[in-house]
Amino acid sequence: MGWTRKQIAARAAAELQDGWYVNLGIGIPTLVASLLPPGIDITLQSENGMLGLGPYPTKDEVDPDLINAGKETITELLGTSYVSSAESFAMVRGGHMDATVLGSLEVAEDGTMANWIVPGKMVKGMGGAMDLVSGTPRVIVLMDHVSKDGTPKFRKTCSLPITGLNVVDTLITDLAMFKRDNRQSPFRLVECAPNVTPEEVQAKSDAHFLM
Amino acid sequence: MASKRYDNAAAALDGLLFDGMTIAVGGFGLCGLPETLIVALRDSGVRDLKVISNNAGVDGWGLGLLLESRQISRMVSSYVGENKEFERQHLAGEIDLEFCPQGTLAERIRAGGAGIPGFYTRTGVGTLAAEGKEERIFNGERFILEMALTADLALVKAWRGDERGNLVYNKTARNFNPVVVTCSHMTIAEVEEFVPAGAIPADHVHTPGVYVKRMVPADINEKRVEKLVTRSED
Repeated sequence: MGWTRKQIAARAAAELQDGWYVNLGIGIPTLVASLLPPGIDITLQSENGMLGLGPYPTKDEVDPDLINAGKETITELLGTSYVSSAESFAMVRGGHMDATVLGSLEVAEDGTMANWIVPGKMVKGMGGAMDLVSGTPRVIVLMDHVSKDGTPKFRKTCSLPITGLNVVDTLITDLAMFKRDNRQSPFRLVECAPNVTPEEVQAKSDAHFLM
Repeated sequence: MASKRYDNAAAALDGLLFDGMTIAVGGFGLCGLPETLIVALRDSGVRDLKVISNNAGVDGWGLGLLLESRQISRMVSSYVGENKEFERQHLAGEIDLEFCPQGTLAERIRAGGAGIPGFYTRTGVGTLAAEGKEERIFNGERFILEMALTADLALVKAWRGDERGNLVYNKTARNFNPVVVTCSHMTIAEVEEFVPAGAIPADHVHTPGVYVKRMVPADINEKRVEKLVTRSED
């Protein structure tokens, strides 16, 4: 069993608080926007220079000058603002975002993460990921618990080139959610997906965490 | 004041190009790209270009055109996905690539335009992006030194421009353009619409004319959409 992609995103959405400014990464994190609990109003940032992301456009609303960081067509809201890339990253690097939600290839037990390159295979670049994880006070990572061949992705150390050292605060996988009190603390298993036991989570992890 | 306006991109580029030069280009993906100037650059045949740009275009469009024609020898970018020819040239060692985190890239260009030689940032500490860079501790936290970027020529795309060179960008087509416009002493802006001085209210100018040396009409204005995503009518 375990959580579906949508359930992982919903679990992440429940971690966000009313009034927060949040940057959502590409993939599962994008689903978070449509799964917010009632009464939670957050402002989404897109690092290509937009604060206040609206929903996808209808066919008639499509504007090639209006895209998100995933290069998808998008719309604005009442109160949206547009800024330059420098201003956009000043918001991120200056610690003005409340949270960022992003995917990862690996997370280590000390909060180090790797999500931007698989040497010799996937060489696309880090984009804004390094800025987002090193500049945002709350970093929430969503990923599968193990890779397709069963290798644990929650590990003692990352095997891939890293994106940021000791940056992850919350990790949500298809099997469980882990949190840590601060960046000096270890991760703690706080919730298992339905029909998943803590023992199974431990068996499928290479990382040390508190039960 | 002599007019900054040129009839077309080829005329504006005339006399400015040389092999091995560094060119900074605005845009994010295919959004806010100086399409007309990129095509003119290709047609000029200038070679061995060092290009500073967040992305590398796609196969067959944007900077992808200059990659296909082998006019680029080095790129500084944060993300080059969506471009198979680039990936092929890079993996084959035919093109030199410096990956730079996107916020660091924007700030390096901004710093170059503002006369700041370098700055410290926590972005990239402990990663491949920190290799060979000075590290320094401030208030107990690690930072790396990043150097400013400047260019022999900067190319940007604006929505409106007036005869003084004041520019306004449209929505997320702004992106890197307002920083790239500052990082060279020879910047050419390609504009969708020329307006008389005063048509852009002084408080609404995004880029003041001091940064813009030449202006050309955006004769090519395809504005290709990389990922069309729509919702059904409510």
